[in-house]
Amino acid sequence: MAQTPSPEDRLDSPEGGKKRISRQQVREAIIRFAGDSGDGIQLTGSQFTNVTAIAGNDLSTFPDFPAEIRAPAGSVPGVSGYQIQFSSYDIHTPGDKAQVLIAFNPAALKANLNRIAPNATIIVNTDEFTEKNLEKAGYQANPLEDNSLSGLRVVKIPMTSITVKTIEDMASVSHKDRERCRNFFALGVVCWLYGRPLDPIERWIKNKFAKSPDFVEANTRVLKAGFNYAETVELFSVAYEVPPAKLRPGRYKNLTGYQGIVYGMVAATQKADLKLVYCSYPITPATEILQELSSLKNFGVITMQFEDEIASMNAAIGASFAGGLGATGTSGPGLALKSEALGLAVITELPIIVVDVQRAGPSTGMPTKTEQADLLFALFGRPSESPVPIVAVASASDAFDCAVEATRIAIKYMTPVILLTDLYTVFGSEPWRIADVNALPAMDVSPRLRALKAGSNGGFQPYARDEKTLARPWALPGTPGLEHRIGGLEKSNILGHISYDPPNHDLMVKMRAEKVARIAQELPPTEIVGKANPDLLVVSWGSTFGPIRTAVERSVEQGLSIGHLHLRWLNPLPSDLGSILKKHKRILVPENNLGQLSFLIRANYLVETIGYNRVTGQPFSVSELQDEFKKQLSKR
Amino acid sequence: MASLAPQKSAAADRQDGGSAARSQESGAASAPAAVKLTRKDFLSDQEVRWCPGCGDYSILNAATTAFTHLNIPRERFVVVSGIGCSSRFPYYVNTYGFHTLHGRAPAVATGVAATNPDLLVWVMTGDGDGLAIGGNHLMHAMRRNVNLKIILFDNRIYGLTKGQYSPTSRLGQVNKTAPFGTVEPPVDPVSLALTCGATFVARSAAIYQKHLVDILGRAAAHKGCAFIQVYQNCPVYNDGAFEPFTEKDVRDDQNVEVAHGKPLLFGKNKEKGIRVAGHKPEIVQLGGSVTEKDVLTYDSTDRSLAHLLAHLQPPEFPMPIGVFREVAQPSYESLIHKQISDVTAKRGPGDLAKLLNSGETWEIKG
Repeated sequence: MAQTPSPEDRLDSPEGGKKRISRQQVREAIIRFAGDSGDGIQLTGSQFTNVTAIAGNDLSTFPDFPAEIRAPAGSVPGVSGYQIQFSSYDIHTPGDKAQVLIAFNPAALKANLNRIAPNATIIVNTDEFTEKNLEKAGYQANPLEDNSLSGLRVVKIPMTSITVKTIEDMASVSHKDRERCRNFFALGVVCWLYGRPLDPIERWIKNKFAKSPDFVEANTRVLKAGFNYAETVELFSVAYEVPPAKLRPGRYKNLTGYQGIVYGMVAATQKADLKLVYCSYPITPATEILQELSSLKNFGVITMQFEDEIASMNAAIGASFAGGLGATGTSGPGLALKSEALGLAVITELPIIVVDVQRAGPSTGMPTKTEQADLLFALFGRPSESPVPIVAVASASDAFDCAVEATRIAIKYMTPVILLTDLYTVFGSEPWRIADVNALPAMDVSPRLRALKAGSNGGFQPYARDEKTLARPWALPGTPGLEHRIGGLEKSNILGHISYDPPNHDLMVKMRAEKVARIAQELPPTEIVGKANPDLLVVSWGSTFGPIRTAVERSVEQGLSIGHLHLRWLNPLPSDLGSILKKHKRILVPENNLGQLSFLIRANYLVETIGYNRVTGQPFSVSELQDEFKKQLSKR
Repeated sequence: MASLAPQKSAAADRQDGGSAARSQESGAASAPAAVKLTRKDFLSDQEVRWCPGCGDYSILNAATTAFTHLNIPRERFVVVSGIGCSSRFPYYVNTYGFHTLHGRAPAVATGVAATNPDLLVWVMTGDGDGLAIGGNHLMHAMRRNVNLKIILFDNRIYGLTKGQYSPTSRLGQVNKTAPFGTVEPPVDPVSLALTCGATFVARSAAIYQKHLVDILGRAAAHKGCAFIQVYQNCPVYNDGAFEPFTEKDVRDDQNVEVAHGKPLLFGKNKEKGIRVAGHKPEIVQLGGSVTEKDVLTYDSTDRSLAHLLAHLQPPEFPMPIGVFREVAQPSYESLIHKQISDVTAKRGPGDLAKLLNSGETWEIKG
């Protein structure tokens, strides 16, 4: 590690004999890596993210990967992207347009020209700009030579050939493998440009390729070569420095949304002394949760990959009936298949976590693109009156808390809970202040004890209810004396016998609705961030939190009268929401759907809302929201 | 019909040490405390509401009788059902019970068994519930060898929805949704179970009370997925469907018992047998040059043999009943829990704080 060049040393070293390059301090930077899906883009991006996190910046990332596993190499549909914004202040999004684009080939350049700022720096691998590759990308002429990139700063580096040259003496590494190291060269260049330390990447390489010391050496050498090349060749007239952000004190790590969900479910079930039983069927983008949990066997987590979504949901119900915490995860089309069994979970009043990682489109839609359009489906997508609490994840760093809260509520109220998230939040990452396990909230009532108490006076009553929560007891099979039968047919309240009695059904329907409504007693007072009593109140839920919060903050800095109200619970809605909304004349609800929260607000509170609805498969940009805010405020 | 008497389990006959010993234990994982229970202990206070003359009553009787023989405390029984007449079963037994959704009982039961392997989980399903809407789950529960005791109540008709054809209805059968006769060939549930790899596969009939009690007892003792097809008369929508081979006067000629180590003999005086010529079974009359030695001796560990016999039907052949397959293989939930303990032994018990702090972390000072 001693060999690692420190950017500051080099830059300031008078003996270097080189022209001193100034390191310009900036508040934030937005970088986009793009290349063929075989180029290791996600790896390069996440390694850069890692060193950036360690440097103490706030950051937010968003991988943008193609639908095909391997589209034809060099083609535009095969382009994989990874964007990161990092900053010296508290940010909430991966940024709108990139200031630096690293394009590994012509297709990557073409696919990303509309995602970069007007005066952006583009670092290209000139070795890949061959006639064949230009043709594959649909270029008539080489954009590096025809002035079509005017206004942009183009940094041309023959990355592949330098990479191969750097390690040409390593006979044990094949030529193909040598070429494949070029992403580390690019990473080295970008690390120099932003003064990032190389040590953490070197540690990662050492760990990753522990079994093949040749690869460790090759990749490390290439990484350093990139770093040194950027400095030596004076590619850049200016290098940047983004000072650390002032975040809340504590120990941090970079966390993706799906990790947050996994950690949250494991933490909550440990706290409640319950076995986590995760039943799932692979579906993009929810699969990561199943994969991550499958690796945690020594936590006693049971994971089962089922034949379909229906089986997954039903097995989760069986798990909860047997005394574990049944959980399942899926994405939009899969939630449709689960809906029948979700109804069973509602009527049998069993605690289950259902994670819905929303993705774009009805049916198969666009599996690798984001959207937040399952809200009404989650709320209403079941026959009859079938209330299910819904909690929505705002960002990667919020996922842990949401998963803990969903679990706590499910157990306390004996109900399935839907945890709504989306592709943008599960794949995105942010610095996360690592939760203190000991400080997690207690999981209120031991359900087993509650069951025993209910059984102590005479026969066991499976539908006797807790006065405050209306939860029924959770009597576990295997416990003597609590034998009972539940099922999808309506049951008489308290006794739990099959009942077609009209007043009983009316009572039970209202009881289940009231039970879910009472969860509102757990919710903190609703907050408005930004201007107090604003002219424009922006209301949001889920993953649009980041761009909306940023746009509101910037607009308020510019003197606009805007406030932001973000909802974590969509069912029940907070009890103070109606009175707050009624106090505001203009309510803007931006959503990645055609107005689902607007629909709920209007229906529940009879207040008018203005929708800002756009469904492109991409998250909102901050600038489009700022424009919309201005537009709304100008209508007076 | 002498062959409807209780049989010893094939695994026990084989005397192959470990596997036989295991299969003599209860299907539930840990050894049960000695409990003496009567049939009455297993009956709930709910009024049984099947049609008069329904074969389900006999299955309820047989199952609760078999339960009393197991010496397992009542609270360790879980009965999971789907939808249909048969699926009302859990309400009538005083154990833990779950009446689930159309066809989904095997999936729910898998969740129960995996979460708590100490439970003895029964799945009650019908030919429509299990083979039509729930075919997928049934197939995978058997393939995984989940420790479930699956009873398929087969009346070859949809009863609860009042008389539509089911996946086991005979080709050409006339019923509510096939007034001119069905054009669908039926599935053979035993062949399906064998294909899916159920480790205990049997067939009986509701009216063969003793035979059924014995088979259910052996299924309960089997560790792994047990599948039992039970012919059961629907007096309302498919009355008499099984009489051609279950009536007292034709039984001996129209049934053949498959039992491990026993020759496939049938007839009042065991004067007939089944032998295999080439790949085809055929009926032979004993006497003259044909002796018992020419008749096939059944082996319940031989899957091909089971397949060869499973689909035989009257009138060409006697209906084979008994235990087609019985083999010892690790069950799904036992492998799940073994993997958890193996990984835990290797990596140590999961440390949550360590997990949350894994990877690169950094400190922000106040």
